[in-house]
Amino acid sequence: MTATATTSTQLMSINMGPQHPSTHGVLRLMLELDGEVIVKATPHIGFLHRGVEKLAEYKTYHQVIPLTDRLDYVAPFSNNLAYALAVEKLLGIEAPERAQHIRVLFCELTRISSHLLWLATHALDIGAMTVFFYCFRERETIYDLFEMVSGSRMNLSYVRVGGVSRELPAGFLEDTRKFVAAFPARLQEYETLLTDNPIWKKRTVGVGIISAEDAIDYGLSGPSLRGSGVNWDIRKSEPYSSYDKYHFTVPLGENGDVYDRYRVRIDEMRQSNSIVHQALNLLPKGDFLARIPNVSLPSKEDVETKMESMISHFKFITDGIQPPKGEVYACIEAPKGELGFYVVSDGSNHPYRVKIRPPSFVNLEALSKMIEGSLLPDVVATIGSLDIVLGEIDR
Amino acid sequence: MDNEAITTLVKKYFPEEIVSSGIFRNELTLQVKKKSVVEVARFLKENKELDFDFLSDLCGVDRVEHDGVFEVVYHLYSIHKNHRLRLKAQLSSDNPCVSTVTTVWKTADWHERETFDMFGIRFDGHPDLRKILTPDDFEGHPLRKDYPLDGRQPATLRDVYRKDKS
Repeated sequence: MTATATTSTQLMSINMGPQHPSTHGVLRLMLELDGEVIVKATPHIGFLHRGVEKLAEYKTYHQVIPLTDRLDYVAPFSNNLAYALAVEKLLGIEAPERAQHIRVLFCELTRISSHLLWLATHALDIGAMTVFFYCFRERETIYDLFEMVSGSRMNLSYVRVGGVSRELPAGFLEDTRKFVAAFPARLQEYETLLTDNPIWKKRTVGVGIISAEDAIDYGLSGPSLRGSGVNWDIRKSEPYSSYDKYHFTVPLGENGDVYDRYRVRIDEMRQSNSIVHQALNLLPKGDFLARIPNVSLPSKEDVETKMESMISHFKFITDGIQPPKGEVYACIEAPKGELGFYVVSDGSNHPYRVKIRPPSFVNLEALSKMIEGSLLPDVVATIGSLDIVLGEIDR
Repeated sequence: MDNEAITTLVKKYFPEEIVSSGIFRNELTLQVKKKSVVEVARFLKENKELDFDFLSDLCGVDRVEHDGVFEVVYHLYSIHKNHRLRLKAQLSSDNPCVSTVTTVWKTADWHERETFDMFGIRFDGHPDLRKILTPDDFEGHPLRKDYPLDGRQPATLRDVYRKDKS
């Protein structure tokens, strides 16, 4: 009797998430595995869908700002700014110079804070726990700075259409200077723990590779795109908020793997720290808000002493901003990539349509491409390297 | 390239297909006929001077109340040439459908799924046109203007429970 041995492979489906710590929120992945090799990965999103775009259509232009905080909740200032820039473009106005530099300062502090959270959790996912505590120490300092200026640690809502909501408080600049002086040494500490660490390199080098052509085709942006060596940064290509007055370089990777994306973000923090330093020195005197009737609030002093200002204040609060009919798309280089707001106005005091282009949504789309054919543990490393936030993916 | 040059170039190749063009706040908008969307999109990407290699965003706009149409809006960018363009097409409201551009830019996949989910616009030829943000048992397309803000589904499990009891 002869026995014929047939080997057949059976694919196994594994459900990862939505309550998995390494999915950075509520991402669910359906993985089809052949042994330990990923054959197919299907992301399921939407668990955090709150209908922000629908809600925005029922609010006045200013009331949308707090909604934007809750998109990418680790970088709320960037969201505020992108939205405000879109409305300002619609109105054809510009923030005063001081406000622009304050915006740059906060954008970069936000970028550092967002990258710190990314580094902390990314390293934790891969098993390096110490980095987590180090990063959260510095992040705490940045949150203290945020609290000084807006009273809130996370959801700042500090931006207003035409500027920012209030003047920087006493002591803020000194405290920021202290942070800027201390941060490079701290960054060196993280690098000591990771950059040349053989275990870290084994988990990240050559993992989750995407080529430059594919990265562009999949619409990747931000550090995830620059890790593949594509030199595109909106702060350089389409400067907003006086970014053209700052000197900084755009860090680039070569291989488009997890390690290169790590290096790009680490270098970006160094550049951001330098931009904050420049902003502190460049900060001109002047008003922090463009005082335009029916677009922004008049100063408190004027409301108390001038009749016209009081009327303008009342009109602004009751009617809100009424931009002309039209449509604009404004985008910024958020910590995670191109964050765009497409705002359509029908001339009334609430937006007709607000479309948010969240960088994480698009970056996550490329995940399947990056991990198919690689090993199961690489999924965790690759998700971490994309720096996704489900708040802005699901909106 | 500046906005005028882009308009001239595209109109030279597609005199019939471009319905209108406009510049507002220095942003160029070209409206194309629905049936030519893919053809024009491929041209915009492959033409060496235009080189729109990056699809920033794709979304729908509900203009049924005023114009009786849905709009699909494509925001294009060229990484190498550093210019932007907004491409639009109008779809009839009774059967909103348009050909997919996933064949031109892969990133369009999820954007089109989202537009399908939010507006009920179908993208013919899309490899995997499923809902993306709303739950599987969700009915309706929430970003349509006739969809109420409070929704049509029971708001909470408690409401479901109450309905069962009464």
